[in-house]
Amino acid sequence: MKLGFSVDDELFRQECADWLNGQMAGEFKDIKGVTKLTGSPERRKEWEQQLAAHRWSCIGWPEKWGGRNATLAQQVIFAEEYARAGVPGRVNHIGIELAGPTILTFGTDEQKQRFLPGIAAGKTIFCQGFSEPNAGSDLASVRTKARLEDGEWVVNGQKIWTSLAHISDWIFVVTRTEEGSQGPKGLTFLMMPVDQEGIEIRGIRQINGDAEFNETFFTDARCPADSLIGAVGDGWKIAMGLLSFERGVSTLGQQMGFRYELDEIVAAAKANGAARDPLIRQRIAKAEIGLRLMRYGALRMLSNTDHSRMDGAALTYKIQWASWRRSLGELAMDVLGQAGEISDHPDYEWDTLPNLFLFSRADTIYGGTNQIQRNLIAERGLGLPREPRWTA
Amino acid sequence: MEFAFTDEQHMIAETARAYFVENATSARTREAMAGDGIDRALWQGYCQELGFSGIAIPEDRGGSGLGLVELAIIAEAAGSQVAALPMLGSIVQAAQAIAAGGSEAQRSAWIAGLLSGETIAAFVEDAGFRESEGRLTGASRFVTHGGSAEVLVVSNGRRAWIVRADTPGVSVDVPTSMDQTRPLASVRLDGAVGDQLADPAAALASSYRASLVAVAAEALGGAQECLDRTVAYSKERVQFGRPIGSFQAYKHRLADMMIEIEQARSAVYWAACAVDEGSPDADLALHAAKAFCTDTFFRCAGDMIQLHGGIGFTWEHDAHLFFKRARSLQTMLGDGNWHRERIATMILGEAA
Repeated sequence: MKLGFSVDDELFRQECADWLNGQMAGEFKDIKGVTKLTGSPERRKEWEQQLAAHRWSCIGWPEKWGGRNATLAQQVIFAEEYARAGVPGRVNHIGIELAGPTILTFGTDEQKQRFLPGIAAGKTIFCQGFSEPNAGSDLASVRTKARLEDGEWVVNGQKIWTSLAHISDWIFVVTRTEEGSQGPKGLTFLMMPVDQEGIEIRGIRQINGDAEFNETFFTDARCPADSLIGAVGDGWKIAMGLLSFERGVSTLGQQMGFRYELDEIVAAAKANGAARDPLIRQRIAKAEIGLRLMRYGALRMLSNTDHSRMDGAALTYKIQWASWRRSLGELAMDVLGQAGEISDHPDYEWDTLPNLFLFSRADTIYGGTNQIQRNLIAERGLGLPREPRWTA
Repeated sequence: MEFAFTDEQHMIAETARAYFVENATSARTREAMAGDGIDRALWQGYCQELGFSGIAIPEDRGGSGLGLVELAIIAEAAGSQVAALPMLGSIVQAAQAIAAGGSEAQRSAWIAGLLSGETIAAFVEDAGFRESEGRLTGASRFVTHGGSAEVLVVSNGRRAWIVRADTPGVSVDVPTSMDQTRPLASVRLDGAVGDQLADPAAALASSYRASLVAVAAEALGGAQECLDRTVAYSKERVQFGRPIGSFQAYKHRLADMMIEIEQARSAVYWAACAVDEGSPDADLALHAAKAFCTDTFFRCAGDMIQLHGGIGFTWEHDAHLFFKRARSLQTMLGDGNWHRERIATMILGEAA
């Protein structure tokens, strides 16, 4: 057990930091510190391509597909330095972290050739078509239908909460391909181009005024017959495989974002005198402890290569960070007082801390609600009797 | 960076766990509780057969090497069975202090006897201890296993002394302790002769750090055991025609225990590594681990009682052993609020 990094790793850290800081001081100065997911999308697509041009886009991938075969320690370091340099989040997060690894694991050679170079190059932006109005926590209840017709898949139905669909090139969609099937049976995983007549995207305005999520409507939308990952009927297996990639190294970059938010709260508390309040001091200390434990939990999870042992750190990670961040939003407002409830911006736009307070209510819902997480922990982690569900 | 046990660490964990599960049984612990809170056969076996008592003390100082990660592994295993042992006071605090800050003569006089379990020491700390011409005066009311100690390491936070418990001027009273597996004694010195440790700063820093890691690890082990035993019970106990562990209200409470425990695990091994590797975060990590893990243990022990229903409130059931140990760990060496305030001071500066 060892926490420190090697000399070589520290040299790599310097290399990452130098390059990232150079970019944020130079050509991409204008996007430094952009935190809103919907901010400056065109410039951020250019940034994706700049990363790719210097082979920083997906360093954990094999060299063959544009990566660097980076070690775990190097991926950890890059994620931390990326966030430390104030670089905005990846517009193609879903492509790099979810679609790419899914294609690498389950795709054919031809599909790897077709998709991976574009994802790695920052030219193919992906979004995720999983949830539906009647398939939220119960994801296996999807109703969006697909049928094969003249060598093409024809898709009809509706997806919801498709983050960044409006700036994406491709969407992966879990569809029901077997007439009359129920639950996880009869589903197929399709990759579809977004820019076509049969797909309509409507933004959903959220409680913070922003519109990062969308509704996506499919009306005789089409894609070629070979657009499926895995076989017909394998959709559930592929979808679950994809979700298992979600707990990767990118969580460490996400934590660096949390660090900025906590630092802003600390600065605000010092400025307005809340830092003298013993209860606020306790809560700031708790937030600091929680953030540190999140980091070490993530490092445990990433260091665990023995998958025969149940990985408690991985299983509890989602609810841990989501609950922590929601509390952080409440702490932010308690530190700011009423000043947190007014904004100088027009159009219901909010500074970092009030926005954190509002947005973090989503954290404990998306990607599996806290209640679903507790079910999973109880069933998979503790071996307790299962809740009613579809049988696979 | 490799934040996982090595094969050797896995082996230590398995050996220690097996030893305590087999030997630190409820019946034996209760026997010790009726006496002075020490299962002597368990302690002899631990020190002599298992041979783990010198862990986290350098070999050239009479120990067996290794570091706080390995100490934490052992404390976790001992804590999981609420073992009735003088490990904390005698080894983690007293022997650690003598090893790190004692002169060669002091080390050769005491370390071997402490590590073999033949001598039991207690750590006595109070800022009010005064020394005059080699004689000590002062008192502390909360000395773990102080009633069983043959030698005391006495500290006022700046200096430290070795005092034989049978020296004139030493008096020890043993009131009833809520946690009978680790009874507290009141130790009074009235002009007792003390042998000052050569390097008190090293002695106190070393024993303080080791004791915070050990207490946090013991709390982790206890909390995990509370969860494991409650999970087992929830699968057996049937009400309304189904195992109570199938009710969502019950399951979610167990899940919440696991969420806290997994964080506690990160905290313990972060702190142990941070100290072992000389990280600048070591103090922060120690405060975090002490506060988080002992609070987690208390919460899990309380939940264990609640989730067992009436049987959990009986003397016969072991839940109260965990609950009382958890309470004592929470308070000793500074409570959670105190440690969090230290962290707040690191971040925000002193409170006005």
